[in-house]
Amino acid sequence: MPVSKDIPDNGASARPLVEIRGVSKRYANGTLAVSDVNLDIHAGEFLSLLGPSGCGKSSLLRMIAGLGEVSAGTIDWPSARRDGHGQPVRDLSFVFQDPTLMPWSTAQRNVMLPLVLKHMPARQAAERAAQALASVGLGSFLNAYPRELSGGMKMRVSIARALVTEPGILLLDEPFAALDEITRHKLNDDLLALWADTGFTVVFVTHSVFESAYLSQRIAIMAARPGRIIADMASNVAFPRPEAYRTSAEYAELCRTVSTRLQEAIAA
Amino acid sequence: MTDESARPVFHHEPRWLGLTAAGWQQVIAPIVIGVLALGLWEAVVRLLAIPPYLLPGPILIAQTLFENWNSLLISLWITLQTTLLALLAAVLVGGLLSILFTQFKWLELSLFPYAVILQVTPIVAIAPLIIIWVNNTAASLLICAWIVAFFPILSNTILGLNSADHNLVNLFQLYGATRWQTLIRLRLPAALPYFLGGLRISGGLALIGAVVAEFVAGSGGTSSGLAFRILEASYQLKIPLMFAALALVSAAGIVIFLVLTLISHLLLRRWHESAMRQEN
Repeated sequence: MPVSKDIPDNGASARPLVEIRGVSKRYANGTLAVSDVNLDIHAGEFLSLLGPSGCGKSSLLRMIAGLGEVSAGTIDWPSARRDGHGQPVRDLSFVFQDPTLMPWSTAQRNVMLPLVLKHMPARQAAERAAQALASVGLGSFLNAYPRELSGGMKMRVSIARALVTEPGILLLDEPFAALDEITRHKLNDDLLALWADTGFTVVFVTHSVFESAYLSQRIAIMAARPGRIIADMASNVAFPRPEAYRTSAEYAELCRTVSTRLQEAIAA
Repeated sequence: MTDESARPVFHHEPRWLGLTAAGWQQVIAPIVIGVLALGLWEAVVRLLAIPPYLLPGPILIAQTLFENWNSLLISLWITLQTTLLALLAAVLVGGLLSILFTQFKWLELSLFPYAVILQVTPIVAIAPLIIIWVNNTAASLLICAWIVAFFPILSNTILGLNSADHNLVNLFQLYGATRWQTLIRLRLPAALPYFLGGLRISGGLALIGAVVAEFVAGSGGTSSGLAFRILEASYQLKIPLMFAALALVSAAGIVIFLVLTLISHLLLRRWHESAMRQEN
């Protein structure tokens, strides 16, 4: 049985990377987007936030990133370095649903951006950007403008830009939702390979049961109105997951279980 | 890789003198129409024996232009000086103000309405005042042309500075970018296409402003631009000379527009949708 309904036990001694306690988000128009969410994100894990549109999964992700204040509760980074004001220095990168590239800059200059903003010398930044682009398979497109790239390639540039800072945690907000299925499968595999190589933590927001079941070690299912976590499931299938896993019985079983829980969530 | 085959395909058509077949069509079609219209004009003038002081034919106008070439060229240069200086001032003041307005919202709130008032007041109505207040004729003409020219740059650039992709703004925020870095690396490049759109409008308006101001000033002497030559010729019933000066004003306007279009194309051709053609 590959599925257990418990939060994986990473050992009580290790404190989580991110501790989310009682977090709510109410927007100015009165909408309660996120209600009383408790969640621990552990270092090195691949966690999916799965839920229907409007369940607050993007709002939650943005609050983890520090984009937008929490209305109630706390998001703590227990082991993070503190800045001058005692605030945790979040060692994260964010990948948006759109590639969000600067159209006036080449792929390489887009990837250099986070380094340049931190005042890294241009030559060194260019070198690091070239490496990051090579790691996502775009080593020969350094000087291409976003306009000249396909949707999947643009998303690869976006991922390279997120990885160039060597972040401890990568937050992805439905990154492949706009891509065709073949490209999405390829990017899923490439993301898993990068995760296996580098060992960063991933929080992956998606509305696709299949995508979350294929990628994750752990799936947090969210329900809408108000947005809350209604199930936290682990998948114990080992990595790397071969292409055959997509057609295996255990994958189908996991998808069915997740899907049932999601249906319950929508019906509730 | 599957992505790679999905890359957009761009046209590489054969070119003659830098223009594609479709490009030449765009140039030749209006020229043919123009030549036909001029021919018709000349024919009507000759067949109906219209006297030149009512409507000179294009050949007579061309002759007059050729005979008065040197003096007209001096006048053209004077008008162009006013136009270009006014455009430069419009770019500097309009660009700077739009940056200040977007950085300090209270400044925009308190000053933008006055920029609108300046824009909607007919220049013909305030030009006499400006010419009285400012002792130097050249300076007063410049101010008039600037008033007409600066608003499109101001309003377009403000729009551009505010239309940076909000996800990119978030991204800059996540990486701890300073206000200055966000301005230089994000807002200014995002505003460039809007600014250039405003610049193309302002180029023509600067010329119109300069010509209108010259009309109102009506000053003769050494610093007389093309508009004054038109006035002067009409007083003396030298209608062919009037048309010749008018033709030069139009030509100057067309050249300004073409030059600004070229600049815009060169700056945007690698990345902006407006400057690209994709095969469908």
